Amino acid sequence: MAKYIIKRVILAALTIFLVATITFFLMHTVPGGPFVAEKSISAQAQAALNEKFGMDKPILIQYKNYMLGVLHGDFSLSLKQRGWSVADIIRSRFPVSARIGGLAVLLALALGIPLGSVAALNRGKWADNLIIVLATCGIAFPSFVICTVGMYIFGVHLGWLPTFGLTSPAHYVLPVFALSFYPMAYITRLMRSSMLDVIGQDYMRTARAKGLSQTRCLFKHALRNAILPVVTYLGPMLAYTLTGSFIVEKIFVIPGLGGQFVSSITNRDYTVIMGTTIFLATLIIVMNVIVDIVYKIIDPRIQLK
Amino acid sequence: MTKKNPLSLQLNVDDFLPATEDERQSLVQLRPSVSFWKDAMRRLRKNKVAMVSLVIILVVMIFAFVIPSFYPYQYEQQIKGAVYLSPMTYSVDEQAKIDAGEHVFPHILGTDNLGRDYAIRVMMGSRISLLVGIIASAIILVIGSIYGSVAGYFGGLTDLIMMRIVDIIYTVPDILLIVLLSFALRAPMDALSAKPGFQWIQTVGVNLISIFIVFALLYWVGMARIVRSQVLTLKQSEYVTAARALGANSSRIIKHHLLTNCIGTLIVTTTLQIPSSIFTESFLSFLGMGVAIPMPSLGSLASDGLNGINSYPYLLLAPALLISLIILSFNLFGDGLRDAFDPKMKS
Amino acid sequence: MNKNETAAAETQTAHNPEYLVEIQHERLSFFTPAGEVKALNDVSLYVREGEVLGIVGESGSGKSVTAYSIMGLTAYPGRLIGGDLWFNNHYINTMTEKQMRKIRGNEVSIIFQDPMTSLNPVYTIGDQIREVILLHTNKTKQQANDRARELLSLVGINEPDKRLKQYPHELSGGMRQRVMIAIALACEPKLLIADEPTTALDVTIQAQILELMMDLKKKLGMAIILITHDLGVVAGTCDRIAVMYAGKVVESGPTDDIFYHPAHEYTKGLLQSIPNLNEQEHKRLIPIEGSPVDMLNPPAGCPFAPRCRSCMKICLNRPPEYTHLTDAHFSACWLLDKAKFEAQGEEKN
Repeated sequence: MAKYIIKRVILAALTIFLVATITFFLMHTVPGGPFVAEKSISAQAQAALNEKFGMDKPILIQYKNYMLGVLHGDFSLSLKQRGWSVADIIRSRFPVSARIGGLAVLLALALGIPLGSVAALNRGKWADNLIIVLATCGIAFPSFVICTVGMYIFGVHLGWLPTFGLTSPAHYVLPVFALSFYPMAYITRLMRSSMLDVIGQDYMRTARAKGLSQTRCLFKHALRNAILPVVTYLGPMLAYTLTGSFIVEKIFVIPGLGGQFVSSITNRDYTVIMGTTIFLATLIIVMNVIVDIVYKIIDPRIQLK
Repeated sequence: MTKKNPLSLQLNVDDFLPATEDERQSLVQLRPSVSFWKDAMRRLRKNKVAMVSLVIILVVMIFAFVIPSFYPYQYEQQIKGAVYLSPMTYSVDEQAKIDAGEHVFPHILGTDNLGRDYAIRVMMGSRISLLVGIIASAIILVIGSIYGSVAGYFGGLTDLIMMRIVDIIYTVPDILLIVLLSFALRAPMDALSAKPGFQWIQTVGVNLISIFIVFALLYWVGMARIVRSQVLTLKQSEYVTAARALGANSSRIIKHHLLTNCIGTLIVTTTLQIPSSIFTESFLSFLGMGVAIPMPSLGSLASDGLNGINSYPYLLLAPALLISLIILSFNLFGDGLRDAFDPKMKS
Repeated sequence: MNKNETAAAETQTAHNPEYLVEIQHERLSFFTPAGEVKALNDVSLYVREGEVLGIVGESGSGKSVTAYSIMGLTAYPGRLIGGDLWFNNHYINTMTEKQMRKIRGNEVSIIFQDPMTSLNPVYTIGDQIREVILLHTNKTKQQANDRARELLSLVGINEPDKRLKQYPHELSGGMRQRVMIAIALACEPKLLIADEPTTALDVTIQAQILELMMDLKKKLGMAIILITHDLGVVAGTCDRIAVMYAGKVVESGPTDDIFYHPAHEYTKGLLQSIPNLNEQEHKRLIPIEGSPVDMLNPPAGCPFAPRCRSCMKICLNRPPEYTHLTDAHFSACWLLDKAKFEAQGEEKN
């Protein structure tokens, strides 16, 4: 078990390193540096800025400095938001995204698992067909469609919910629901097929033969086995939630890290882009490792390598 | 000889005569055997949902590829005075022309903020989305299946190394990389597009090229894994061994077996990859990282339409609903294909 | 008695209280989208206390379906559509699900063919044994654990404490089957149904498991229904045999009678097809020609008719009735009626 964990951690660290390196060099292939586009800057001012941000040094030195800084949690300063360090920006904006993302994940699990189970248990009947239809739509409709159509129906047309900002609990409803739609639909489908598979297994028959009631059989024997594939989905679901936040935060004007990432691309704020990329990538990779390890723990059949 | 009463249950001596071969065979029912493809196509045709989806896909294809050639408006054509027209209304100038006896083709979906006919823009947008989806899926199919079959066929160390690389690529977050790549490629692409013969880069847009490049770099791994596992299973499958035991000429018959089984999976996976690619493209276009203006993509149209959601909802709803329809239809058809080729997998 | 029971009491045939299990003319069908699959087409058999009945037949003959119906474990979309089932003086036809749950695992237990898939992979052996004990008795968890340990020793598993904490995939096939037996015997049932218990095991383990079952039968005095397609297994263990084909019992009787005086063509065919170790070399195997019946459209007459070498015209049109060769040995075959008929004819003449 320990060997497995170490292997995964090393692989993760390598990947993060790779991502950081790629990010760095990609950013620096843009000729002329970040300040070229600023019309109002004279050549001297440009040189001064370049010096301030260490961009006059040879690229490999810049790389070394940057990577060392990253190890210490220092992602340098924002190029466009004067006075803000990238780390501070991340620190102030990430909790917002985390809150919405976390709620979305919880909602997706809380609704997806029961819906999928209900569908499996009522296979072929109207409940199953309805749930399948909803779930298929859920994974087909792009998130921006859900967001915008939802915003239109509930915000503009019916006027029930606010459409931008995050100042009250009501403000959370649309963004969280829109963000959870795809994972919820995915989990529903996953749970349904997993449950159908489990129900047909021999050990369910053994449980009935012992004299257990249908309910006991389901909750004790079926669920425990059926939920395993959902656990493996947790990693990708998290990655989705992070990238989904780009859309949701842009549409609902939410001051989160995703929206920040998108706007810093338009603004060409390189340091913020780099820092955010590395931060998000690290988050995704670390979560995947944790999920993998958790899965190995809860499924006794897996041979640990 | 006892008389035979047809209603009696009494036994008759004749009943105990041995039954003939024909009489016995009439009881044995054999269902006619069908070939693999015919069977699959039959199942597919019976699947109503899949058939409806196929029809929708064809209609959308016509809508995107055929109709624009006959349409009276161009997607970049800005009509003066016809800004933000609601669907099926005319601008003042146009109304005047109609009164004067001219025939002005109606703006079925109204116009946008620059007076461009929205219907044609939505059509072109669909065309871009579909093209991206199909081309990207083709790229993924080619790279993925070559990589996967090589890894699966050779096995051993080659396989191990190749799959380790796949594992690493899998962990890299794709959207982030697309964003970065399109960003970084902008300048070199701009420089390249200035050279003769490369002007098309301008129309298509740097971002779109980046999307294709990233698809070629990252998204094939799923396909590679699937193809590899297919090849591995088939290599060891019993009917291959049986065919060999029967003296089959290895290359021909085994290719026959391998291909028949692989193709089914390949078709299904590719068909399901298309909506996924369209999904990604629309996502990026929505964020402004898709095709270059003025060429529309359903994603960018929706993004622009968002600004006017309060007053001009149709600008947002039309592309949004259309792209949902396209992705949904491809998904449903792909599911139908999968059920048709392998009903055992049906959940 | 409730309404169902009164109604049933009026129409049902009398039950012989001597028999632990009595099935009379059971008919059961599965109502699938493809049509009604007539799985059981008039099955009659009985088992006495402490007796071992072997049910023999090929795949699809309805052996397992019959056994499951005793326990009320018929899978959806199956439904009992005729006949009477008695077990331990319970009239199964009218028992509610709640009542059935009380006797399952308690008065009647079952062990299945594949012990690997029959045990839940995410729970320990101990959990799974204790589960059935705690369900049907008032024991505490600790007492249940002690009993579990006792049971493991009973079925011949050593180091019971270690085993209780292990998971199914950590045990060998033979050990898992022993665990299944332990679970089945936990509440000392009167009837143990063994559905092809040795088919998935190696031959040497097969012998061990069968020996164990017979041993336990002697110790606990329970009856066993042993379902198998392997005549070799039946020969050494069963008191009586019922031969099934296409949802009917075609022949039934004491083991010796079946083996030495088979009456039905199918039984004869089965016995003939067993390769003989003492046979001369290069002797051809004698299979039964033809393929099994399509249960969606079972034939009007005897189901074995198309494959029977002695098939007569009447066999194709009317299902044969049971003829008793002795008190305990009967068979459903027109050939026996033919003999009787000819004898009668001679008498008349």
